[in-house]
Amino acid sequence: MDLFQWLADGARIPLGSWVRALIDWVIEYLGFIFDFIATVFRGIYDGAEWLFLTPPFWVIVIIVAGIAWLAKGPRLAVGSVIGLLLIGSLDQWDNAMQTLALTLVSVLIATIIAIPIGIWAARSQTVSNIVRPILDFLQTMPAFVYLIPAIFLFSVGVVPGIVATILFAVAPGVRLTELGIRGVDSEVVEAGNAFGATPGRILRQIQLPLAMPSIMAGINQVIMLALSMAVIASMVGAPGLGKDIIQALSRTNISLGFEAGLAVVIIAMILDRVTGGFGARTRRRRISTAGTARASAPATA
Amino acid sequence: MTSVPAVEARNLFKVFGRNPNQAVRRLREGQTRTEVADAGTAAVIDASFTVNPGEIFVIMGLSGSGKSTIIRMLNGLLQPTAGEVLVQGRNVTTASPAELRDIRRTSVSMVFQHFALLPHLTVLDNAAYALEIQGIGKTERRRRAMDILERVGLGDRADAMPDELSGGMRQRVGIARALTAGSDILLMDEAFSALDPLIRREMQEQLVELQAELGRTIVFITHDLNEAMFLGDRIAVMRDGRIVQNGTPEEILTDPANDYVAQFVQDVDRARVLTAAGVMEPAHVTTPISAGVRGALRVLRENQAGAVFAVEGRRLVGVVTDRAVIRAVKSGQTDLRQIVDTSVTTVGPDDLLTDIVERAVEATVPLAVVDENRRLLGAIPRVTLLAALGNVPAVTREMPIIQTPIEMVAEFTPLVDAVASAPAPNSDGTGDGAPPAAVAMGGGER
Repeated sequence: MDLFQWLADGARIPLGSWVRALIDWVIEYLGFIFDFIATVFRGIYDGAEWLFLTPPFWVIVIIVAGIAWLAKGPRLAVGSVIGLLLIGSLDQWDNAMQTLALTLVSVLIATIIAIPIGIWAARSQTVSNIVRPILDFLQTMPAFVYLIPAIFLFSVGVVPGIVATILFAVAPGVRLTELGIRGVDSEVVEAGNAFGATPGRILRQIQLPLAMPSIMAGINQVIMLALSMAVIASMVGAPGLGKDIIQALSRTNISLGFEAGLAVVIIAMILDRVTGGFGARTRRRRISTAGTARASAPATA
Repeated sequence: MTSVPAVEARNLFKVFGRNPNQAVRRLREGQTRTEVADAGTAAVIDASFTVNPGEIFVIMGLSGSGKSTIIRMLNGLLQPTAGEVLVQGRNVTTASPAELRDIRRTSVSMVFQHFALLPHLTVLDNAAYALEIQGIGKTERRRRAMDILERVGLGDRADAMPDELSGGMRQRVGIARALTAGSDILLMDEAFSALDPLIRREMQEQLVELQAELGRTIVFITHDLNEAMFLGDRIAVMRDGRIVQNGTPEEILTDPANDYVAQFVQDVDRARVLTAAGVMEPAHVTTPISAGVRGALRVLRENQAGAVFAVEGRRLVGVVTDRAVIRAVKSGQTDLRQIVDTSVTTVGPDDLLTDIVERAVEATVPLAVVDENRRLLGAIPRVTLLAALGNVPAVTREMPIIQTPIEMVAEFTPLVDAVASAPAPNSDGTGDGAPPAAVAMGGGER
């Protein structure tokens, strides 16, 4: 006990103030970078929001249904239509579209960051060793904590929401990309080398195509995490369903909370099934062509 | 012809582990593989060999003997710890990554144990993969790949995906991919080991055919001695990272360098390795055609044989059986040419025993080994063949062929005696000089 007391009094490490000092320093001297990032992110978000909110809602419903049909089939398309109509009838349409825009923008940026890092980590053990604890840190840090520096760096609004969402959601994308590429049969990679392919060509023609199912699973995870974070991001002023949820929380408004929450669930399910469907298709494509070829085989043989 | 060796390995070492260079130094000082285990695992120790253009060079050893490591050093997939590799005179070991890629594109291609096909491409595109890397246009490379696919018998499966093919078919695609690359040298790493025995035999035969047709240089890795013996023009036997013997299949079979190799070759299917020239014996029982019937009879009696090869010059004319000789003697014929059976079974010196056995069983006289000019090189009596197949050292040089029933021999014996004892002095007196000539010819044969 004394030791603890001593540690807390005498040997207390002021880690928190250091981080604060670091953030201050960053704002002071690197502020322009963050301003730039903020401008870019806001621009992308505004574009996405415009895209989702400008057309009448039935256009969006039809497009989503079409994508769902492509990804998995008519049942998912019908389910998506019912879900979206339900959101509309709960008067959460605009909020839902904003959340969707925020989520998809975050996912897009997170994927752009995650896949190259995953590839790099798969090629270099050193990079992998460095990246892994960082990913652990990002994934286990309580989601709210990201919001604090994000506010400092980007002030209140949609941008800190996007940044926090990216940080929170990027980890599985990196991990599953690395895992997928490392899991590619080493003899096949060796074959690429043995025939004199350049490393870039091996990556493009062998490693990425063979790792694609795993990468798609990673992206699916990124989307799910991003959606959950997009709600929390409303605490720093990001628009969307989260705003209503936080409002409901502070006023203990059960009906509003439930309606907004249900809208989140519906969006989550649609996104999950659609990306899952596309992921399965990358795997199935081979088997289905195999099936048709086998059916025609007896004729040729 | 004898220009640059296709592949040359000079004092290759490969040590995996903490301190490879120290391990190599200690190995050079004479320490054993186990003694340097603390510095690293020595996979290949001081391996040197040369592969000549157009030959099949087999590296054979059990798993863990370092053969797969060696083959990967030949095309630079692994960097040797010490020593160097030259491919067609170009140094692989010191090559920059770009040079190395160029060597791999133009000189060396590889066939893998587990095929290593690209599962997301069709058979045709897999076969064309090497050409794609070489930057050849789609139609051209597909056309060339199709040619090779047809050659390996997969023309009708060009649009299939690899995972719908059987193992043997997939490896054919692997071979087609390596052949399509157009490189002179093929590295085959346990290429047939994952196939079941029937398919494997078929693939081996097809490979030998293809090699004869296309004249590529092949370095073949295997743990199967029968495969090594069947395919190899020369074989390097590896044990614990070292090459313990390097020679032709026959040398390894008949003259193993040490007990390890001897033990190894014990179980080999000798019929697929030994050639007629390797087991044949000098043809003792011969008679010049000019020696006439009496000369033939004398040789038969002296050798206690049932048949004699009639030769002219050193060429084989045919075989004369005792029965024919006796009949001729009875009817007063003297010209051997009248009774010689020219339809005698002959074999070439390079024929494998597998191919000879059947003929030997059918033949009633020893098989005559003749070269392309029908010159008699030697003879293979059935017993010699059996001894060779059973790995029994030959102790006798006689040819105790009994081809006629005993009763017949008994019936003829008095006749033979009577004839042989009576005219023998006469034949000397005729001035024909036939029997002495026969002896002289026999001497010249040796």
